[in-house]
Amino acid sequence: MVRRELDNEGPDRLYTVTRGRSRADDDLDLVTLIVAKAEPVAGMQSEHARILRLCVTPAAVVEISADLGMPVGVVKILLSDLLRAGKITARHPSSARAGRQLPDAAILKKVLVGLHNL
Amino acid sequence: MDSTTSDRLPLADTASDGLKIVIVGGFGVGKTTMVRAVSEIRPLSTEETMTQAGLGIDETGGISAKTTTTVAFDFGRISLNEQMVLYLFGAPGQERFWFLWDRLFSGTLGAVVLVDTRRLSDSWYAIDRLEHHATPFIVARNNFPGTTAHSLDAVRDALSLPAEVPLIDCDVRDRASAKHVLISLVGHLYSLSTAREAVSS
Repeated sequence: MVRRELDNEGPDRLYTVTRGRSRADDDLDLVTLIVAKAEPVAGMQSEHARILRLCVTPAAVVEISADLGMPVGVVKILLSDLLRAGKITARHPSSARAGRQLPDAAILKKVLVGLHNL
Repeated sequence: MDSTTSDRLPLADTASDGLKIVIVGGFGVGKTTMVRAVSEIRPLSTEETMTQAGLGIDETGGISAKTTTTVAFDFGRISLNEQMVLYLFGAPGQERFWFLWDRLFSGTLGAVVLVDTRRLSDSWYAIDRLEHHATPFIVARNNFPGTTAHSLDAVRDALSLPAEVPLIDCDVRDRASAKHVLISLVGHLYSLSTAREAVSS
């Protein structure tokens, strides 16, 4: 495990990044996959630009958080901005719809096949 | 810090469904080692924070009415097929991290409780919490050298583990063994799911 720059991020800095907001509006899971729909443009908040570059291929919310070195909650707020602006799409996990229920056997079968093929 | 990104194996463009399995256990029990053994990426670490009002939560005994708790957790990734990507989270089992658990467990397939027989009591809270959440789980004993003196039955007794919860041995440093743990968990979930579908049909 690599110690990250996260430790050096002061609360003030994170407050600035999110412009004081503490909650994300959208229902983003840790494993919601984010894909960029637009290129970064000049004048864009630097964190937004970094996310767009990261998500040229799909990346989970938690991966973006690790790459940016920012807590998950802060990253969700930044992602909410980009979602509202139509700059990214979110591919929500099928498990989010299932709630606390066990996934369908058909899904679990696919997981088993995938694990056996490792 | 961007350098961590460029050397990462990118996900397929078709990846659309993120799945979660949580590995819980006490400090030093081998959670990150297990993630590393099976992950297609080097384990990454990030943080979740929670601000809460109230006293008596933080053991440092701060007088502030508002406390911010930060907890770091590790994760890795396995691409299962063109659409499904499994994320493995290593989560600390201590009681004060309950808020992280609540978030991680939401929508998780299931959990692996990793135990060290020298410190079984580290797992009690985790097992209690999983049962409370009705999150299906298995228990895997990580075999540290010289710790296999106890039979699995003795471990089951010590943990008051119901007979229907699978309990297996593993060596999380070994990829095949770590993979076997995941297959055991998902096999267990599959049995539960088919049994439920049989009842409801």
